[in-house]
Amino acid sequence: MRIVLLITYLLLATSQTANAEDIHSEKSLYRNIIVKQEGQRRCLIFTVKRSDRNQTCIDMSDPKRMVFAYARMTMGGLLLNANPQRVLVIGLGGGTLPVALSELYPTATIDTVEIDEAVVRVAKQFFNFTETAQLKVHVSDARVFIKRALLRKTQYDLIILDAFTGDYIPEHLMTAEFLEESRNLLTPEGVLVANTFSTSVLYDHESVTYQSVFGDFLNFKLPTTGNRVVIASRKGLPSDFQIKSQALKLVDSLAPYGVDPREFPANMSRTKDWDTTKRTLTDQYSPANLLRGDE
Amino acid sequence: MPTHSDRIPDLVFNLIVLSLAFTSGFIIMSIELLGGRILAPYFGSSIYVWGSIITIFMLSLSIGYLTGGRLSISNPHLGRYGLFFIAAALALIPTIYGSDAIMDWVFVRLEDPRYGSLAASTLLFFIPTAILGMIAPYSVRLLVAEAEHAGQIAGRLYFVSTLGSALGTLATSFYLVLWFEVDGILITMSAVLATAGLLAIIAHRSR
Repeated sequence: MRIVLLITYLLLATSQTANAEDIHSEKSLYRNIIVKQEGQRRCLIFTVKRSDRNQTCIDMSDPKRMVFAYARMTMGGLLLNANPQRVLVIGLGGGTLPVALSELYPTATIDTVEIDEAVVRVAKQFFNFTETAQLKVHVSDARVFIKRALLRKTQYDLIILDAFTGDYIPEHLMTAEFLEESRNLLTPEGVLVANTFSTSVLYDHESVTYQSVFGDFLNFKLPTTGNRVVIASRKGLPSDFQIKSQALKLVDSLAPYGVDPREFPANMSRTKDWDTTKRTLTDQYSPANLLRGDE
Repeated sequence: MPTHSDRIPDLVFNLIVLSLAFTSGFIIMSIELLGGRILAPYFGSSIYVWGSIITIFMLSLSIGYLTGGRLSISNPHLGRYGLFFIAAALALIPTIYGSDAIMDWVFVRLEDPRYGSLAASTLLFFIPTAILGMIAPYSVRLLVAEAEHAGQIAGRLYFVSTLGSALGTLATSFYLVLWFEVDGILITMSAVLATAGLLAIIAHRSR
């Protein structure tokens, strides 16, 4: 009898902690979406059994603060183009990046592309994301959106590539052709920022691919994370001095987001620290997710 | 019986037909998988893109089965069987070299990526797949000598060609895309089909 009680108690206890953490979960067309709450921290997770990866987290007591390094690092693109007025963000997540940009640049038009309608719904319901006349979400595959934007001859001052599945970036969004199409959407002063990882063999292939499309780019890594942010521009890179002075100008406006741009320039490398003999990823050759396992 | 030759023993004849059916099964699925890769730059890789591809493959195979069966009625022989392979090899050429032009054309005309991918799949894959579909029923006709063994022979043929399909799927998705470019794989497939067709024609002539 005592054992039965104990088991019942244990079952109740475990199920309760699980319920207390997952405040929402759904199976969308593309993935399992879970919203987890731990104390003040609320996270959006796309589950893959092998490795649950937080897509985005917000601190409910300080919702502006960017919890993850990669989100803060993405703001590094502003060091190259200080006043973007047309912005394209690929991948919505919880909406952290597009919302921050719309607050920083109230007159800017921001197009966000998200493939999964369910993610848009979850961002609105759980992450205080709202669409406005200036900030719109387009439910579409990024590749299709970019090809259509080229036909419309739309141009952007800033493009942020942040399309992640639970696993990694979709393979057709990593190829030289895709980057070429994205580059063609940039205004002459335009900057492209891409959130990637620095921890697999794919790093070499991705770096070679970015180099082949943009030439030299800033390879932005912080010692504390496995993220690598590529910062490339259409007209070529500014000098270190220009980047540093731009960082100083952005200190105050980025402070509410927990971003200190002064620590950025020293971590933006121009050195090719990858194996330059690796194959470029193209629409013809893009077994990206197979290459990831090839460590 | 038209199918049984004077000089090629039955065993060799059957082996030729079965290995060619295996090859065609392998290639059908390899092309289908690469179809996803070919369409992705224009229509994405959503579930509906796969829906379009699978629909068109099933539809063209069904038409191919019907046509192949019909053609097997009068005077079936290995030479004509070989011609199917050569026709399929040729039908792949516009798919390989014209895919961008075809998809550009569809892309500007159809906004909805569902119907865009359906139209593009039709233009790119319908004809080669329909021709490859003709091979299965025609193979059955070539192999069947007596009505009482028809079911057994059809079973053996489907076993071999579906096994080919399974291996074609596995080989392409696990390894071929890791080693080669999409077009390179398709060109090889086309060359293999042409060679298989020629072998069948030579075997037919040597009787």
